[in-house]
Amino acid sequence: MSARWRWGLAALPLAFLGVFFVWPVTAIVVRGLRPEGQWDLSPIADVVTDPVIRRVAWFTLWQAVASTVLTLLVGLPGAALFARYSFTGKRVIWAALVVPFVLPTVVVGIAFLGVIGPTGVLGLDLSGTVWAILIAHVFFNYAVVVRTVGGFWASLDPDVVDAARVLGAPPWRTFLEVTWPLLRPAVAAAASIVFLFTFTSFGVVLVLGGTRHRTLEVEIYEQTTQFLALDVAAGLALVQLVFVVATLAWFARTQERRAVALRPRSAAETARPVRGWRARAFLAANLAVMAVLLVLPLGVLVVRSFRVPGGGWGTDFYRALSTNPRGSTSFVAPVEAIANSLLFASGATVVAVVLGALAAWAIAGGAGRNGDPAAVEVGSADPAAVEVASADRGRDRGTSRGRPLRRGPGAWRWVDTALMIPLGTSAVTVGFGFLIALDEPPLDLRDSLWLIPLAHAIVALPFVIRLVVPALRAIDPALREAAGTLGASPWRVWREVDLPVVGRALAAAAGFAFAVSLGEFGATVFLVQVDRPTLPVAIYRFLGRPGPLEFGQAMALSTILMALTVVVVLVIDRLRPAGASEF
Amino acid sequence: MPSPAPRPASTAGPVPAPGPAAGPAADPDPTRRRRPRRAAVVVALLTTLVMVLAACSSPADDDAGDAEVGPALSTPEGGVFPDGTTVRLLAHDSFAVSEEVLDQFTQSTNVEVELVLGGDAVTLVNQAVLTAGNPQGDVLFGVDGNTLTRAVEADIFESYEPEGLADIDPAFTADAGGVVTPVDYGDVCVNYDRTWFEDEGLALPTGFEDLVDPAYRDLLVVQDPSSSSPGLAFLLGTIAEMGGGDVTGDDAPWLDYWRQLQDNGVQVADSWSTAYYTDFSGSEGQGPRPLVVSYASSPPAEVTDPSIPVDEAPTGTVVDTCYRQVEYAGILRGTTERGAAEALIDFMISVPFQEDVPEQMYVYPVNDEAALPEVFETFTAEVSDPLTVPPAEVAANTERWVQQWAGIFR
Repeated sequence: MSARWRWGLAALPLAFLGVFFVWPVTAIVVRGLRPEGQWDLSPIADVVTDPVIRRVAWFTLWQAVASTVLTLLVGLPGAALFARYSFTGKRVIWAALVVPFVLPTVVVGIAFLGVIGPTGVLGLDLSGTVWAILIAHVFFNYAVVVRTVGGFWASLDPDVVDAARVLGAPPWRTFLEVTWPLLRPAVAAAASIVFLFTFTSFGVVLVLGGTRHRTLEVEIYEQTTQFLALDVAAGLALVQLVFVVATLAWFARTQERRAVALRPRSAAETARPVRGWRARAFLAANLAVMAVLLVLPLGVLVVRSFRVPGGGWGTDFYRALSTNPRGSTSFVAPVEAIANSLLFASGATVVAVVLGALAAWAIAGGAGRNGDPAAVEVGSADPAAVEVASADRGRDRGTSRGRPLRRGPGAWRWVDTALMIPLGTSAVTVGFGFLIALDEPPLDLRDSLWLIPLAHAIVALPFVIRLVVPALRAIDPALREAAGTLGASPWRVWREVDLPVVGRALAAAAGFAFAVSLGEFGATVFLVQVDRPTLPVAIYRFLGRPGPLEFGQAMALSTILMALTVVVVLVIDRLRPAGASEF
Repeated sequence: MPSPAPRPASTAGPVPAPGPAAGPAADPDPTRRRRPRRAAVVVALLTTLVMVLAACSSPADDDAGDAEVGPALSTPEGGVFPDGTTVRLLAHDSFAVSEEVLDQFTQSTNVEVELVLGGDAVTLVNQAVLTAGNPQGDVLFGVDGNTLTRAVEADIFESYEPEGLADIDPAFTADAGGVVTPVDYGDVCVNYDRTWFEDEGLALPTGFEDLVDPAYRDLLVVQDPSSSSPGLAFLLGTIAEMGGGDVTGDDAPWLDYWRQLQDNGVQVADSWSTAYYTDFSGSEGQGPRPLVVSYASSPPAEVTDPSIPVDEAPTGTVVDTCYRQVEYAGILRGTTERGAAEALIDFMISVPFQEDVPEQMYVYPVNDEAALPEVFETFTAEVSDPLTVPPAEVAANTERWVQQWAGIFR
């Protein structure tokens, strides 16, 4: 792919990012640092030298690292299970994994405190400890690791592993020296998303962390919303940005270096039924982890939604949802909330998938490598082969003649990083930025219905890029070259070679985008809701009022939201482009 | 995984070329040919579903603020506005009113009310401060004593004295300064779980001093004043009661009181919802603590079925801990519908709206003429002497007070 093509593809996502992210955030930061039209950078110095903030920054960093490592440890076996085995209920569980994403934090707080709280079913009170925060982060991000790595893993060619085994390598060595190097880009992708999510964690820390545990995000939120101290908030936001950019740049480098070309295989070919005691034990262990981590807390919500005030069981709360006894304007018909949620989420998903795909193709740059992929794969344990595999860094991989590019991958690494930054920026910064930046015609979008899906799309965009880029980089260029040699136009090559291979990644990304939008609450509350409350907003309204009926209805709506998520993600998982591999 | 759903018999249609795994020869998997069609069907179904659902839900009117209609500067003759007049009411997400009551307003003035709900009350006011002069609506409801000074200093309101102010107790208008109009008030108080105290045989607490008494150890949950509005109200109540709000060091009497609370095992939750529904034993959450900071209106809400006569609500209020908060409405500077905005403010302090307020928002009317609904009349404890801190003092000191508090709890 020529440089001009790549920049052409990237133009639209970058413009979108500029208008809906860079500009609003810049506006709010400038408002904080130029209070009287004079630059005043002292808040930054104050923030950096404040011992309290240093402590908060340190805690933010280490809990994010710990959460990421924990999530990988718990999630990678799950990814292996979904990639290599087929079992009953696999498809439904695969979809249900994203349920934690859509629940408002306050609901997750209730669920978790019902398990590890003072009256929790485990009889172990962890509330207010850092453990509660870490466990909740694993709960939220388990799906990121399992679905990102699992999807990629499923398309790896098992022949490579079999070859290593035939040549006498024990399973652990095969994994470390063959599978792991191949998986690394997907693991790095998942890790970077989990890190950003947990680094900017806000609700979980507030609800479960007690008063002593605070992240930069909590400080930014408090300074902005409670005290309107925009100068301090701007200083904090810049500190957060520095951390985020540094992390992302590092991840972008590792991902570039690790991509190995291969021939993706249909998942149907790579998954096998669970046979033998080892496989059974592996399945049982993973299901046990999911039961404790996901089913138990979410079960608390479902059980409570079927209680009856005053004792007993029934569907009273569900029936109450569709009645408006007080004729109130605050009443939200469940069907209406579901419709609004689906509408916004569909819009956000389409925008995020289209823009994310454009950006991903630009970043991956139609990259590929010459040479026999199989040789590289099996030899990837050998440093020399990795050298071969990365020999063409710094050149335009798209041209077979290997002409040096005017703008090398360095520029693309920054494009990649820039598009990821929204995940690591606080919702309140973006939300308040929207208010003061997008308030003049032609862009007075403050109460436009479009603003909500666009805001959600910004958050969902990084998912699409992170999932699609590794899949694209893994395509063996020999496939494209063969198609080209046989007379296929570039468009046709794209449709017949690229699209089927990344179809699964696109579907998985769409699932995440949908879930992110369905459950997004942080930015939504800053964007006014003209009579269009979403499900999380409706849940939040119920939980803001006293009374047993209100609480029960919030639980019932949460249960409906979970069920809706599973159904929609199941559908999205089936929506693969023609020829894409399937589960 | 096995292939799902049986496929229909072969259909005509665009035949996709072979996938990448196959050579340029025939497609080895004929079932693939129909996948795009099936995907298209699913997409079509999903789109239809969304469109149908969207059609069911209310259409969003985008014709507010027509260019032809200039700013109406005063109420027209007979109080009836031209067709198509819309006034936008910005409010926090706890705002609610009966459709029926709003319809009364529209019928008598011909003005449609468009509700624009944001986040919590503090965020709402801050949004208005950021957008001062270019507001997102015409009337803002939800300024209270904690945000009033900031709002007035940022000059987000146009002054207005509504008709019907005579029916409102001057105590409520004292701080409004002719800029905003009081609409309702609420009291933030410690609530107790009546059953728990009866079962334990422990006397009900009567005031602040009981909360630090060892007999009541580990029973109270409050909210973090930096993230919760009732949490801040309770903090202000301790300052009003104990004094020392002007002390910048850490030897203020009110700080001493908080240290005693800490020694007595007080728990701090992040928000009202968490405290009330997870930690408090007296509501649906059935938590471990029988004392919680909530509202004087919470006990009436805990009466599940008003048709069943009971003597007492399952929860009660410690009236000596109550801190009073008044909520105001004001006309936003930069409104293009000044006349209609005035009419809406007048309506908000009229009897129909005022009588609607308790059941909709769990707060109490400021209008003396408005009658309380029966359940509120019966189950609200009389708060004869609520605690208050003047808005100007709150504005000047809140950040420091919260920091002093945080010095103990973080």
